[in-house]
Amino acid sequence: PLLLSEGEQQCYSELFARCAGAAGGGPGPGPPEASRVAPGTVTAAAGPVADLFRASQLPAETLHQITELCGAKRVGYFGPTQFYIALKLIAAAQSGLPVRIESIKCELPLPRFMMSKNDGEIRFGNPAELHGTKVQIPYITTEKNSFKRMDDEDKQQETQSPTMSPLASPPSSPPHYQRVPLSHGYSKLRSSAEQMHPAPYEARQPLVQPEGSSSGGPGTKPLRHQTSLIRSFSVERELQDNSSYLDEPWRITEEQREYYVNQFRSLQPDPSSFISGSVAKNFFTKSKLSIPELSYIWELSDADCDGALTLPEFCAAFHLIVARKNGYPLPEGLPPTLQPEYLQAAFPKPKWDCQLFDSYSESLPANQQPRDLNRMEKTSVKDTADLPVPTQDATGDDKQVLKSTVNEALPKDVSEDPASPKDSNSLKARPRSRSYSSTSIEEAMKRGEDPPTPPPRPQKTHSRASSLDLNKVFQPSVPATKSGLLPPPPALPPRPCPSQSEQVLEAELLPQLSRAPSQAAESSPSKKDVPYSQPPSKPIRRKFRPENQATENQEPSTVASGPASAATVKPHPTVQKQSSKQKKAIQTAIRKNKEANAVLARLNSELQQQLKEVHQERIALENQLEQLRPVTVL
Amino acid sequence: MAKNYPLYIRSTPTENELKFHYMVHTSLDVVDEKISAMGKALVDQRELYLGLLYPTEDYKVYGYVTNSKVKFVMVVDSSNTALRDNEIRSMFRKLHNSYTDVMCNPFYNPGDRIQSRAFDNMVTSMMIQVC
Repeated sequence: PLLLSEGEQQCYSELFARCAGAAGGGPGPGPPEASRVAPGTVTAAAGPVADLFRASQLPAETLHQITELCGAKRVGYFGPTQFYIALKLIAAAQSGLPVRIESIKCELPLPRFMMSKNDGEIRFGNPAELHGTKVQIPYITTEKNSFKRMDDEDKQQETQSPTMSPLASPPSSPPHYQRVPLSHGYSKLRSSAEQMHPAPYEARQPLVQPEGSSSGGPGTKPLRHQTSLIRSFSVERELQDNSSYLDEPWRITEEQREYYVNQFRSLQPDPSSFISGSVAKNFFTKSKLSIPELSYIWELSDADCDGALTLPEFCAAFHLIVARKNGYPLPEGLPPTLQPEYLQAAFPKPKWDCQLFDSYSESLPANQQPRDLNRMEKTSVKDTADLPVPTQDATGDDKQVLKSTVNEALPKDVSEDPASPKDSNSLKARPRSRSYSSTSIEEAMKRGEDPPTPPPRPQKTHSRASSLDLNKVFQPSVPATKSGLLPPPPALPPRPCPSQSEQVLEAELLPQLSRAPSQAAESSPSKKDVPYSQPPSKPIRRKFRPENQATENQEPSTVASGPASAATVKPHPTVQKQSSKQKKAIQTAIRKNKEANAVLARLNSELQQQLKEVHQERIALENQLEQLRPVTVL
Repeated sequence: MAKNYPLYIRSTPTENELKFHYMVHTSLDVVDEKISAMGKALVDQRELYLGLLYPTEDYKVYGYVTNSKVKFVMVVDSSNTALRDNEIRSMFRKLHNSYTDVMCNPFYNPGDRIQSRAFDNMVTSMMIQVC
């Protein structure tokens, strides 16, 4: 009942012969998954037919249907008839037709298979398998071209011998359907995935081009699989096909790790600090996952629940997003390979050094490179890689200018403890400043050692304009805003002197403390914010400290030349020298912040108790008053 | 006053959930009354009250208000007399901590229903502990 064209006859017979020959007998029934071996079948699950069917890149259900329809299930083996019918059905499915007997009555293009080879050979059609040598690339391109050619020729039903050539004899070695045991293939994948890393992008590029030009529909379906933006996608896809991944999908490869680190850097130049919640939210929202899923991913990855992501947390989150986009269900708990401690241990941060300037300059070209590569990848349908490009572009200029202003202010700030805020800290702390700056400010004031730092948002309670010259307040802040760095408004209110405002301190602390009850949450933002508030407030701080009056003169001059990039040259050596000192300074500042935090929290609770008691007294007194009043009225 | 909607409701499977909804809503009035009685300055860390004894069924309702005016209401059977004041307080503290963890998530908009699995797990463990 099955009519095959001449070309199809040839193709099918060859495939059949290959399957038969490889198996050493009739090809076994090919259920795509090992678990679905039909009872009564003789051969093992991973037969060459199974491989062939899998190579057709059809979903498992379709392959099941095909197997059933062609009668292999019925008779229990793949005889020639069943095999041919199955091939025809595969071709129909790949052309988008439903898997029915009727569909194969009409003329169809040849079914397309991604060739699977044994070890060391190329599994073209899947870049995860590519060995990272350029030799493979022209091979891949020719394969794709030959695929296209095959499509064209199929439509015309010409002789099939040229189209068989890619299947028959790729330049490197003849493909043949090998019985690849699942575990073996899996391990091969892992190793090849590692090998793939050196030249993944280049390999992907030729794949992108054929996809763009190949015929639409099922022809591009297998190709599209290859043009995944993120490497892990293809690796995990293969893993999924092999259906023997344990926690491997949750393991971050070196290549992925680098990518994540670069992404982290684009958001936050200092790899050892945090990405704030809002920044991360914007970034991850671009991945187009639903908000509940993103929320859940965040919950999994932010282990310390502080509302910010360190680098390991960020990598874990990114990895989960990638996995989710590739169809993996999200785990119930954070997999062991994604725990922050594991990630920190497994991937010691390589390029991070104390030299801020060096790391900054490193990160910038590093960001350039993935950005270009990302652009290459982004030509395909997936949109996840749109994430890095805009943020990189956006932050590139910011970093530059911020760096210059920071370096400008640095030499002035020798005496400060958390001195020399790195541009990273500034950037990182910037988005959080609005919610937590007041806390750090009051702490700073309370300590008295650090100059009081102005909150980013003007607070009505701090109306001490009389004590300050507002002109001076505005002037240094203008360059900061000119640089486009800092979202806080330029109208920074004058800060109260440390001697005042015990009550004000607490009044403001209470709302902030209540907002972030946990110590950790507070100390980390306070840590971030004290360094953050350094750059913008450094010029302003001078005013508040009477002892530093002398430096005010230097201020306007340096601030005026702030944005000038030429000025950045001279502070650089100072920066490098001071960076290690500054790190220690920051750490001591952090500790002090935490202590102050604890003290303030205790104070807070005590005062609340007192307040309660006072309230009760007041209520009692009011009651008495009411009782007495009627007497007096009369 | 108009915006009193529950962010999260959970009950042990043995009970009728609608009844709990009703009880929680009525207890909200009492909670609000207590808050306003405190004076406008500060919100109390924790308030504890017993007293909504329903005629047919004894149960106790505990309330807890955070500084951001988020109210936690806990309803327990009076038959379960093992619950002491301290335990209730610790449970509220745990609730509060989990709630702040939920808040830390930048994807969580205050006012949304709470869908955090960690929060769910914590509440479940607490309920199992009690019942």
